[in-house]
Amino acid sequence: MPEQRAISMLTILFDGIAYGMLLFVLACGLAVTLGLMNFVNLAHGAFAMAGGYLTVILTGRYGIPFLMCLPIAFVAVALLGAVLERALYRRLYLKGHLEQVLFSIGIVFMAVAAVDYAMGSQQQFMQLPEFLRGRIEVAGVGIGAYRLFIVVLCALLALALQWVLVGTRFGSRLRAAVDDPRVASGLGINVDRIFLVTFAFGSGLAGLGGALGAEILGLDPTFPLKFMIYFLVVVSVGGTTSVTGPLLASLLLGIADVAGKYYIPNAGAFIIYCVMIAVLMIRPQGLFARGSSR
Amino acid sequence: MITPPNHSAIIEAVAASFTHATRWRALEAAFWLLPLAAVLVFPRHYLLLNEIAILGLFALSLDLVLGYAGIVSLGHAALFGFGAYGAALFAKHIHADPLLGLAVAIAAAAALGLVTSVLVLRGSDLTRLMVTLGISLILYEIANQLRWLTGGADGLQGVVMKPLLGAFEFDLSGRTAYLYSLVVLFASFLVARRVVHAPFGLSLQALRDNRLRASAVGVPVNFRLTAIYTLAAAMAGAAGALLAQTTGFASLDVLAFHRSAEVLLVLVIGGAGYLYGGLIGAALFALMHDRISALTPQYWQFWIGLILVLIVLIGRERLVRPWTWIAAARAAQRTARTR
Amino acid sequence: MHQVSLLKRLAAFALMAGLAGAAMAQDAVKVGLILPMTGPFASTGKQIEAAVKLYMQRNGASVAGKKIEVILKDDGGVADTTRRLAQELVVNDKVQFLAGFGLTPLALATAPIATQGKVPMIVMAAATSIITEQSPFIVRTSFTLPQVAIGIADWAAKNKIRKVVSLVSDYGPGIDAENAFKGRFTAAGGQMAAELRVPLANPDFAPFLQRVRDAAPDAVFVFVPSGVGASFAKQFVERGLDKSGIRLIGTGDVTDDDILNRMGDVTLGVITSHHYSAAHPSAVNRAFVDAFTKAAQMRPNFMAVGGYDGMHLIYKSLEATKGATGGEALLAAMKGMSWESPRGPVSIDPQTRDIIQNVYIRKVEKSGDQLYNVEFDTIPMVKDPVKAAKP
Repeated sequence: MPEQRAISMLTILFDGIAYGMLLFVLACGLAVTLGLMNFVNLAHGAFAMAGGYLTVILTGRYGIPFLMCLPIAFVAVALLGAVLERALYRRLYLKGHLEQVLFSIGIVFMAVAAVDYAMGSQQQFMQLPEFLRGRIEVAGVGIGAYRLFIVVLCALLALALQWVLVGTRFGSRLRAAVDDPRVASGLGINVDRIFLVTFAFGSGLAGLGGALGAEILGLDPTFPLKFMIYFLVVVSVGGTTSVTGPLLASLLLGIADVAGKYYIPNAGAFIIYCVMIAVLMIRPQGLFARGSSR
Repeated sequence: MITPPNHSAIIEAVAASFTHATRWRALEAAFWLLPLAAVLVFPRHYLLLNEIAILGLFALSLDLVLGYAGIVSLGHAALFGFGAYGAALFAKHIHADPLLGLAVAIAAAAALGLVTSVLVLRGSDLTRLMVTLGISLILYEIANQLRWLTGGADGLQGVVMKPLLGAFEFDLSGRTAYLYSLVVLFASFLVARRVVHAPFGLSLQALRDNRLRASAVGVPVNFRLTAIYTLAAAMAGAAGALLAQTTGFASLDVLAFHRSAEVLLVLVIGGAGYLYGGLIGAALFALMHDRISALTPQYWQFWIGLILVLIVLIGRERLVRPWTWIAAARAAQRTARTR
Repeated sequence: MHQVSLLKRLAAFALMAGLAGAAMAQDAVKVGLILPMTGPFASTGKQIEAAVKLYMQRNGASVAGKKIEVILKDDGGVADTTRRLAQELVVNDKVQFLAGFGLTPLALATAPIATQGKVPMIVMAAATSIITEQSPFIVRTSFTLPQVAIGIADWAAKNKIRKVVSLVSDYGPGIDAENAFKGRFTAAGGQMAAELRVPLANPDFAPFLQRVRDAAPDAVFVFVPSGVGASFAKQFVERGLDKSGIRLIGTGDVTDDDILNRMGDVTLGVITSHHYSAAHPSAVNRAFVDAFTKAAQMRPNFMAVGGYDGMHLIYKSLEATKGATGGEALLAAMKGMSWESPRGPVSIDPQTRDIIQNVYIRKVEKSGDQLYNVEFDTIPMVKDPVKAAKP
């Protein structure tokens, strides 16, 4: 039935968009960090995991409502990011990519083991509020309430980020610092402070993404390792010089992943990796980035 | 008046420096006596020693790529695993002779290295990182999908090796396995040493330090990089084959990310760029792993992560070659004085 | 004369002391317990370790005059590590038993060591059928997936379920479960509308659940690793698939006792077949569950009972051989042994060395504020069907 097929396609499309939006929120912090500080932070997933576990603990053990936990997760993880940036990360800005990779892998291992020790290695389950659990029918296409919530929230976030980047003074300072830190600091822009704020913000976003994604993506101590490649793909395909690049890349990736698993289940995982390699070969700076690569 | 350069004297001096570099130092000879001594001193630990030898060979291959050619690879396990599966499948389906299987695995891994070197040539450090990671993940998926061939997540069973050279059985204590791995490691080391001290190796170091300048001087960049990557792939494949043959088993784990991360760590612990780093690092890492997991089987990953972080923060150079602290301090003093 | 008799007495004394010393050294029987204590399957390791400790606590730490010493090693779920640890345990520590093995590849990799070292190898968790065929020294106290999958296949065929979509994780046990279910279900006249395989590291079930909806079956048969079942069940309910008349069935791995409570009410009404439920209504089980919960602060699951029975096998075989530790003798004692386990009556098949046990059909129900798999039907003394079908 063509009608049935159309409905399936729309459902898959919607699911893909939801998944993509989630990836965007998770990965855009990494994109900005990479673009701004040229720092390969493979431990980005650890911040997401922190946000997820924090939310699970707050909703499960202390009964704090889920919606209130989201900003708490954001702020708490942002603070964590700020502290780590000041204490550890900033010593490594000038070091080579290898050092940064090793350092962030070390952080990931420590985070994974620490969380395993503290919370156990099993999957964590999130208690969602009632109004986010149901399903809405729109012209025959079933839409999960939670996924709809994610799409709307992440779209708003993306718009807000774009506005900050393009419409505020901080945003223009940030863009200047990304383009050329030396000239920017010569102009009186406090590049140090921008690094700190951006890193903290990116980590906070990751934490928020972790809290949102725990329900759909699952949450266990191996989360950072499992999703590292997804974040890297978003960043490599979307480029690091804008917000729209990673957004489009995440959507593309989300839809491709979901649709791929639906239509060609056996090739599910391949598609992502092949797309990433293909893009990196053709345009090393990413599909949607403008300007020169680093 | 400017005296014209004495060409023949210069050439002689350069040739002498090459010979000097390739001469075996006493320290090196002493180093290679250690694994032989281990046979007598630690007769109950052949399995651990075998693991060190295999890991050392794997790290040595990464040293060629990373330490000498400057390619940061997060997916070196792809070559290791390819060699492992190649040897295992060859032994299971065609012929179970160890040396023949080793040769086949080396050829297969070298072929894979040659093919994927195209992807590794282009792009920045970050690009290469992700491409190599992507390759190893793809290979992992392929191995998982081809369950009928590789056994999938269950692993490839029934790999029973014939006696080495027709005479030495692979026994339960692991002695034959260890000596076999050691010989292959030494042979590969000799090859690497020869390559590295030859003009080819020096051009690689020039490439690593400044690719643009090297190509401006006339070094065929892509060709050299492809050559070294293929050689390293062959060695990594040999290490994988050794693992499969001495354990009689090959599973998806040989292609897993943590293998790539661990070999990187091993090389960093030992120090990249002087060939012995991989071997020293392998010994230290395997011993550390053994000790720590005996104490805290559950959380040894934490300590490994901590060591990694500390190594990076303190600085690899300073940790492995502490005398460079002093040299660096003196150099800083000198520049301060001349200002 | 005096000197000679003194010498003789000294010699005799020395001989006795020497023998006593040697006998003392041999008085410990070592069991090499290799479990995944870290990594994604750490919960298996923890459950089995707790069960082994409980058994030793309840039955004493020595059997037939010999002290039992359990050497616990963590293999992290990596087969190479398992094999190396097993080899070291056999060669260096001279263990008389190898036990544990949380996953199929771990057991398969270790089989040659058991054969070469002539050491009985007790598989307490792994569940693929072919494991016991890899070495004549392997005995299993866990279960096989086909053994429990046919239970639910039979139940489905008898309960007006004609069309089924199977959805399994794409790895050994998943495919085993799929084949076992499919074989039995289609033989009973059922129809497989689709056979979906989900990547193991899968974050999202959306596309697969959409496929399920498209196929509109009577039931969906699920096998996913423990823990993943929760997110699957949640997404199943979220899509309204439970309201559309599609029943959720599977093997008991999906409703693992270890995490059942945390999975929440989405699992209510799910029908599974398995060999053990913590709610099994026998006196032996109630005592076991109480003691376990008190000692380990968690509910025992089917992994724990595999470990518990494995220790039982070790103890009883030593009793039968009166403390003698030859591998073949111990093995002979184990074959054909039968006893009342917390799960029900069990016995070891002398031909295949695999476990024969009851398979129960259970439904997830609430009792107080806890969720349990409540048994409502029993298939008695099921042999592993894959090996039973071979001539």
